[in-house]
Amino acid sequence: MRLDVQNLACDRGERRIFNAVSFALAPGDALVVTGRNGAGKSSLLDILAGRLEPASGTVRLSRSGDRSLPECLHYIGHRDALKAALTTEENLTFARDFLGDPALPAHAALEAVGLAHAAALPVGYLSAGQRRRIALARLLVAHRPLWLLDEPTSALDAASQDMLFGLMERHRADGGIIVATTHAPLALKDAKEIRIERAPVPSSLAGEGS
Amino acid sequence: MIRSFRALLIRDLKLAARVGGSGMMGLIFFLTIVTLMPFALGPDLNLLSRIGPAILWIAALLATLIGLDRLFQADQEDGSLDLLRLAPVPMEVVVLAKVAAHWLVTGLPLAIAAPFLGLLVALTPDAMLAMVVTLLVGTPALTFIGAIGAALTASLRRGGLILAILVLPFMIPTLIFGVSAANAALGGTVPFATPFLILVALSLIAAVVGTVGAAAALRSGES
Repeated sequence: MRLDVQNLACDRGERRIFNAVSFALAPGDALVVTGRNGAGKSSLLDILAGRLEPASGTVRLSRSGDRSLPECLHYIGHRDALKAALTTEENLTFARDFLGDPALPAHAALEAVGLAHAAALPVGYLSAGQRRRIALARLLVAHRPLWLLDEPTSALDAASQDMLFGLMERHRADGGIIVATTHAPLALKDAKEIRIERAPVPSSLAGEGS
Repeated sequence: MIRSFRALLIRDLKLAARVGGSGMMGLIFFLTIVTLMPFALGPDLNLLSRIGPAILWIAALLATLIGLDRLFQADQEDGSLDLLRLAPVPMEVVVLAKVAAHWLVTGLPLAIAAPFLGLLVALTPDAMLAMVVTLLVGTPALTFIGAIGAALTASLRRGGLILAILVLPFMIPTLIFGVSAANAALGGTVPFATPFLILVALSLIAAVVGTVGAAAALRSGES
């Protein structure tokens, strides 16, 4: 599949957050989105996920068969989308059955993120970093070509970050596309980079927003 | 499509069983209201058995509201709603699965518990049977109507109260025909089938309107 983004602009609450964002991604590409807090990095991912309407510009998906954009992507956001009362394995099995196009079984995905021993534990018992790793394991249980990752390294220790970069490189090698927002530099091989800047605001009184 | 529907239904049933579940709370609330009535009205068995179906229906209606506010809010808060939006199925199917799971753990137990609570308000065996049948057919309407309110208030912090105010007026027709069907089963001039069929129709209408409405509310609540 290919993703073409042309001249994207985003409004939140009557204010222009960014404009004129364009990029094109082909299989194997990775895009790293950087920018200040509140610059609109997450909003860009929301637009790509089809959750937010862009103020102008287009997001075009081609060569994806008859699947719509939300059906082609994984989204890992700030909230981990895990149910605290269910075990890690139940959470992943649900994602696998629900999202369709199943890839690895839940226990294999847990092994890949190094949490095989936590399969029978309720997610509520796990630390923030472990939860983040379970959320990342969701990337592996269902096959989706586009990964949208919002600050994927947050709460992860150095070893887990290496594990994540390994997963991302393997996904790219398999012809997948990754769009990740970040503050810390991501060690991705020849990734494209785009910096989101706040559109100029006429008044100097304009404060920080998100 | 069936796969996603089943996965979500099973997840919600597991969650309801796991955290103590809103179903149990609704049932206990139902019991509490029905128990309070004889205390308020006095031990007049004739009076109680005459207004018993109405008491049970109002209690069931209020018990349905318990836990309804968490129907979509819990998923909204932990980010699961974002995951549900990536489904290869329309939002309507997601809503349908969640409502079905919610009804199985709240509405269905209410209908099953009705005969036991009927004892407290001196219902005859015929009236108990009528209560079970009308609640079984009528509570889906309450859940589906409530789902629209739950979807609209999903992102509000204290949505529970607003939800009740929003949806209770729309539950009035279900209440009217539920009670009149139960009363018609006990005798009177109206045959049982007349209000009962209207109750069935109300449930079917609510199933369509509720599913489409809640899905639309969730979609528009995205931004």
